[in-house]
Amino acid sequence: MPAQTTLGSPTVSAIAFFLVIVALTLAITYWAAKRTRSTKEFYAAGRSVSAFQNGLALAGDYMSAASFLGIAGLVALSGYDGMIYATGWLVGWPALMFLIAEPLRNLGKYTFADVVAFRLKQTPVRISSAIGGILTVLLYTIAQMVGAGNLIKLMFGIPYEAAVMIVGAVMLAYVLFGGMIATTWVQIVKAVLLLVGVTILTLMVLSQFGWNPGNLYSAVATELGQEALEPGGLVSNPLDAISLGLALMFGLLGLPHILMRFYTVPDARAARKSVLYATGFIGYFYIIIPIVGFGAAVLVGREVITGIDKGGNMAAPLLAEWLGGTFFLGFIAAVAFATILAVVAGLTLAGASALSHDIYVSVVKRGHATEREQVRVARAATVVFGILAVLLGVLFKGQNVAFMVGLAFAVACSANFPALLLSIVWRRFTTAGAVASILTGAFLSVLLIILSPTVWVDVLGNETAPFPLKNPAIVSMTASFLVAFVVSLLSAEPAAAAKFEDEKLRTYLGIGAE
Amino acid sequence: MKSTHEMLESPEFKTLVRRKWIVSVLLTICLFVTYYGFILLIAVDKAFLARRIGEHTTLGIPIGVGVIVVSWVLTAVYVLWANSSHDSIVAKLKGQVK
Repeated sequence: MPAQTTLGSPTVSAIAFFLVIVALTLAITYWAAKRTRSTKEFYAAGRSVSAFQNGLALAGDYMSAASFLGIAGLVALSGYDGMIYATGWLVGWPALMFLIAEPLRNLGKYTFADVVAFRLKQTPVRISSAIGGILTVLLYTIAQMVGAGNLIKLMFGIPYEAAVMIVGAVMLAYVLFGGMIATTWVQIVKAVLLLVGVTILTLMVLSQFGWNPGNLYSAVATELGQEALEPGGLVSNPLDAISLGLALMFGLLGLPHILMRFYTVPDARAARKSVLYATGFIGYFYIIIPIVGFGAAVLVGREVITGIDKGGNMAAPLLAEWLGGTFFLGFIAAVAFATILAVVAGLTLAGASALSHDIYVSVVKRGHATEREQVRVARAATVVFGILAVLLGVLFKGQNVAFMVGLAFAVACSANFPALLLSIVWRRFTTAGAVASILTGAFLSVLLIILSPTVWVDVLGNETAPFPLKNPAIVSMTASFLVAFVVSLLSAEPAAAAKFEDEKLRTYLGIGAE
Repeated sequence: MKSTHEMLESPEFKTLVRRKWIVSVLLTICLFVTYYGFILLIAVDKAFLARRIGEHTTLGIPIGVGVIVVSWVLTAVYVLWANSSHDSIVAKLKGQVK
């Protein structure tokens, strides 16, 4: 088995693919920029995205490099446990469909804070939603940027800081000039490339085993032991597993960059269909990724994989090289790079929209700002957020940031989700309840993660952790709901309760929806 | 034609809202049972999932895939229901409001 790999040095095919993808996405941005004049275009792509396109864009936004490389690596190194982990990533989407998608689209304009603040007092709710939203986006962005820097360094041999700056500069171009139109189409292109690339990988793996997955699994069992096909230590503590499951399932319903995409489609019916498509694409992805992981474990070998990167993140690219040479590796590397760019662009747009649409326009200007002003502020916020992303990426260099995605989901499900759901379904939900719930959820989830084994022991190096669970969702989300109930019941807000009934025509019939 | 207030009070509208949430909650419960059932099964009875169904293939593998497929099927069920009966009532009621 060849232990040499061209990974780690820039190869002609990798650079070629990389340049083609960047050129293509910048061309898309140029085309999009000519169409981006108003806020409706900058934030919501003019509401012109079809359900199918949005389904691809949503899937693209969700299938990050971390899930592609990380889960393939996890399956390669830990076998069936990786499959268990992969399942959890899909289950939020049905919940999103059943509970949130249509009311979200009907009640809001550009951001999820529109919905939470719909019948409550604008200023306090907008500020708290922005805090919850920006915190989630920042954590997610740090994880993506650090991952991006490491990945590009591993794959192309470019220094970490330069990698982070390149990612920052290119994605800033997408968002600044092309707004939501550009980011949507970049996501669509990247989603197609990713799905095609992983499909090819899967088919090539299966062809090595006579097109029979059973033969692949037999090879895994023979080489790595039957345990690789059995549940291992991942779900040792049921409470921990359920807490993680809750974070993954309901955190999705609080991720600002995902929720934003619902405003790019014309109506609630299209919103609903786009979730169906997205769930299909993402489900397909998580079904075939384990085959890639198992293939890498057998064909490339665990030692080679961990030799390049301890976490196993290079399993899929190494497999691509094994199956299709430097050429295929170049393609997969470029696809992974496109994936990073696209997700960070989406996150930046979400963060910028919280700053500009929620804080500046609704709070500072009390809703009175001209279209031109709003777009200008949105662009300024984009630059601020983009620079912040690069700075944070450089700042966190070398840190073990794997826990940050889990934290982002925990904050999303504790801070953003309860307020969003309750504002849609509960008449007695008040401003005080919303603010208290968002802030409690945000604060508690961050505190408990710091006190958990993932940070207290693994990152800070202490002996045992005060908080036993790796993911705080089951505690912080429950606390957030409890606080929402108690504070709302203690603080009557008759005006908001009265508006609840009127709001129903918009929520369920879409009358007056934007 | 009905006024806003009349529509909100009308039995058809109230039924529409109630039905939407019954379907949503039921499907969410199905989702919960599927996914958390899978998790609890792993926590409680690993041997069941380790059972072989092929030369080496374990039962856990198709079950894991099944959880993903069932989750998608649930979304398809919701869309089928919503696109047919729910949307036609929504359109009818929308037309009735002044």
